[in-house]
Amino acid sequence: MTENKEYKVVGTRPIRHDGVDKVTGRALYGADFQIAGLLHGRVLRSPHAHARILSIDTSRAEALPGVKGVVTAADLPTAEDRIADLGEGAVNLKYLCDNIFASDKALYKGHAVAAVAATNPHIAEEACTLIDVEYEVLPPVLEVRQAMEPDAPLLHENIKTTSMGETAEEPSNVASHIQHKLGDPEKGFAEADIVIERDFVTGTVHQGYIEPHNATAHFNQDGQLTIWCSTQGAFTVREQVAEILQHPISKIKVVPMEIGGGFGGKISVYIKPVAALLAKKTGKPVKVLMSRTDVFEGTGPTPASYIRVKMGATKAGKITAAEAYLAFEAGAYPGSPVGPGAMCIFAPYNIENVIIDGYDVVVNKPKTAPYRAPGAPNAAFGSETVLDEIAEELGIDPLEIRLINAAKEGDRRADGPIHPRIGFIETVEAAKSHPHYTAPNGKKHHGRGIASGYWFNIGLESSVTINVNADGTINLIEGSTDIGGTRSSIAMQAAEVLDIPAESVNPSVVDTNSVGYTAVTGGSRTTYATGYAAYEAAQDVKRKMIERAAKLWEVDESNVQFADGVFSSINGKEEQISFRDLCGRLGETGGPVVGSGTVNPGGAGGAYATHIVDVVVDEETGKVEVLRYTAVQDAGKAIHPSYVEGQIQGGAVQGIGWALNEEYIYNDEGEMTNASFLDYRMPTCLDLPMIDAVIVEVPNPGHPYGVRGVGEVPIVPPMAAIANAIYDAIGIRMTELPMSPNRLLKAMGKI
Amino acid sequence: MQDFGYIAAKTVSEAVALLDEKGQTARILAGGTDLIVQVREARRDVDWMIDIKSIPEVNVLDYNADTGLTLGAAVECFKIYAVDEICDAYPGLIDATKIIGGTAIQGRAGVGGNLCNASPAADCIPPLIVLNASCVIAGPNGERELPAEQFCTGPGQTALENGEMLVSLKIPAPASNSSSFYLRFIPRNEMDIAVVGAGASVTLDDAKQTIVSARIALGAVAPTPLFAEEASALLTGREVSDATIDEAAQAAQAIARPISDMRGTAEQRTHLVGVLTRRALNGAIQRIRDAA
Repeated sequence: MTENKEYKVVGTRPIRHDGVDKVTGRALYGADFQIAGLLHGRVLRSPHAHARILSIDTSRAEALPGVKGVVTAADLPTAEDRIADLGEGAVNLKYLCDNIFASDKALYKGHAVAAVAATNPHIAEEACTLIDVEYEVLPPVLEVRQAMEPDAPLLHENIKTTSMGETAEEPSNVASHIQHKLGDPEKGFAEADIVIERDFVTGTVHQGYIEPHNATAHFNQDGQLTIWCSTQGAFTVREQVAEILQHPISKIKVVPMEIGGGFGGKISVYIKPVAALLAKKTGKPVKVLMSRTDVFEGTGPTPASYIRVKMGATKAGKITAAEAYLAFEAGAYPGSPVGPGAMCIFAPYNIENVIIDGYDVVVNKPKTAPYRAPGAPNAAFGSETVLDEIAEELGIDPLEIRLINAAKEGDRRADGPIHPRIGFIETVEAAKSHPHYTAPNGKKHHGRGIASGYWFNIGLESSVTINVNADGTINLIEGSTDIGGTRSSIAMQAAEVLDIPAESVNPSVVDTNSVGYTAVTGGSRTTYATGYAAYEAAQDVKRKMIERAAKLWEVDESNVQFADGVFSSINGKEEQISFRDLCGRLGETGGPVVGSGTVNPGGAGGAYATHIVDVVVDEETGKVEVLRYTAVQDAGKAIHPSYVEGQIQGGAVQGIGWALNEEYIYNDEGEMTNASFLDYRMPTCLDLPMIDAVIVEVPNPGHPYGVRGVGEVPIVPPMAAIANAIYDAIGIRMTELPMSPNRLLKAMGKI
Repeated sequence: MQDFGYIAAKTVSEAVALLDEKGQTARILAGGTDLIVQVREARRDVDWMIDIKSIPEVNVLDYNADTGLTLGAAVECFKIYAVDEICDAYPGLIDATKIIGGTAIQGRAGVGGNLCNASPAADCIPPLIVLNASCVIAGPNGERELPAEQFCTGPGQTALENGEMLVSLKIPAPASNSSSFYLRFIPRNEMDIAVVGAGASVTLDDAKQTIVSARIALGAVAPTPLFAEEASALLTGREVSDATIDEAAQAAQAIARPISDMRGTAEQRTHLVGVLTRRALNGAIQRIRDAA
């Protein structure tokens, strides 16, 4: 890290505001929530991956002593087949409702069918076993290419492929086809000296947040609904629940509890409307908790995909054309992240001729949900592996070929946008000069790989209110769930404006009735956009404080300046007052000072990362050990470098898991056979080296301090970087994820 | 989680009488690291849990260089590897006790429970087999002993009859110039269940060149842990060499009857039996030679 000269607070590493509560176990999570008269809800889930629901008989469950209410899809307001905009993109309301409770068909094993509220969780569980559901079992469709076959069993009779404005005649599992085209790909490939085309397959992977979903709901007699829950965005919960229950948003209050990880998986609602329905039916508060198995089987993972990448280059290493075919599993309902995958796949490079086709395909698996840079890691696994192969064939250093083709300000992405100031070149240069890249790497079965990645980041709406306290501190009220230390990174931006220490800011994440609209913690937007709102709110406070000083000294506001934490009068009177002292005199100068800031900024600025990894392959067992890992990333400006490093390390680690062992394993009936953390193998600390995070700072012109979102892009390069390292170690190109011991043994011809 | 009754037995005879009376839905509770999880996840129907932790005989941990080890059925892993003499005498068993679960689990889980849970992939069972362990079983008709390799009869199934319980394990004192080794293959480095496990015990001659005797056992490649009898026998009297070890590894592969599941495929497991048998034998031989 370079020394921080420009700023007093930004770029320093204060202790996080929520740190003590979290390490001492006092922070309150959704499962901790208690209220008098609480009932406990449990959900009955489909044992079949694809089945028509012929009947549901809840009478035996209702008759069990202790059971207070049972709900099914019949208790949901009739959902229309219409599109609702819920802040994070358009959602088909019928699909949204059907994913809460299967109505006509169960579309994946674990699909919720009914729920029970009882006086204790054990009775609720037992009651679930007393609900009689009659199913007509249908053949499941479990893989994207199989689902695209013309004779594949159909999940939905009404889905017809939409392709660039046209809708097909016949129903299909392919919900949509998108295409981005730039230049003349055919001509570009003709100009190439080398063309490489490869197929790739990636597995279904889960975000793996440690805290299962939870929700407690209470319906008052006047229709006021309160939901306490773990979520990445209280306002999106309010919107989704309002749509699903057809209940006005003004009558819903969502209280976000602390969150034990989300990574994109806690944006969609699952049991929140269920808790609300049970609360409505029983007249009592109802708490619903998921088990780990429920989480794996009943919530959205990120999709498996089939990807074909073709790239052509001149002998000098200039990429002349690139082509990608991306087929993503959406899960049970349309909405895979194939769009973002298509936006990101070639975005690190300035390529004149590009064609990208993306397909969103339904299969009998849980409806996919966002996961860190959704879609981009799948896509980059293909493109970054092919580019590595081109570099190798041409005898060009893999970082050098990236520099030759690197996108920079003014270049156009294949899907349209022109890059603003970006820092891709800077990440590659930093990787090149890092001691890791030149360290010896010649031992048998040892290999080194590199890969780069891009994520566009988003802005969206955020609101912050600041209340000034008499002792010179401020209370900062925000609506952004704090997942990665954003209470601090947001507070620090306000502190910088007001020239107070980070410790003088008391940040609170509050409920939907207590702060202005704030979009989800997602899209790497929180430190950027809510931080921006905090900056604006602090500016508002500063303006108002200047007014107060002017009033105090009976001078014009234009004669008051604020510098180094002190207000002073210029032009005549020699008056000075510190921020703290002025805070103590607000009563006499007009009453409390409250500042507010609201934003919907457009200049999120894309983020780039370049990773270097060393591995050793056990040739006898096929096991890959990660020995050294360096992750370079452009953070724009790291407000709190420790939490930027934390995001980079976390993303890299999740990528390592995705690369080596994580996958949903299905049997032929479509049951996930590894729905536990025992057999869904996320890396543990013993599986990882220290992840060396290197922060590059190319300030984003779209933010007052130059912030770029950092949370997502670090998961984009790891899979390809590790595949490239495995190639370097044993001379075999792995094209299927995860690169598990079994797959390596097969690829090496050992089994 | 279902309702169940809990009784803490004070003596072996009380526990045996309770088991006899309650029948098949009564289970012994020792460490509980398998049982409680199974009940919570509705994978085992239990009406009674009979806690044996306050029975003296199941808490015995006694090592004598002449007579060997008596290991009570409820002794937790951490107590075993805390005794230096036991670590020196039975390193193969110690290998297993140190990789079951994590540190916290090892504070509760024991070798006896690992055996009685009868998982084909149990880490402690191959070492018990190669160390010639004998199971001391108490029942309504008195006490009997059974070699470790005969204790498991299928996944989750044991040779225990109605009313019977495991009291302790007896392991003979190690011969001179002998050692043991256990390892498993897991895709990660902890928190996993063996895809394949292999244990070996070896006794060499005084020159440490010729194998006097050896025993090999395998985990997770059949409905029960396997004693690789032929593979073991062919090593007797043979000089240590890569070829000899390979021969034993191939003989071990020949008895593997693995399945394909979420932890590994049958081909992968058969292949790994060869790799791990070689590594287990070489590991035990290396330990003898290192002991100098």
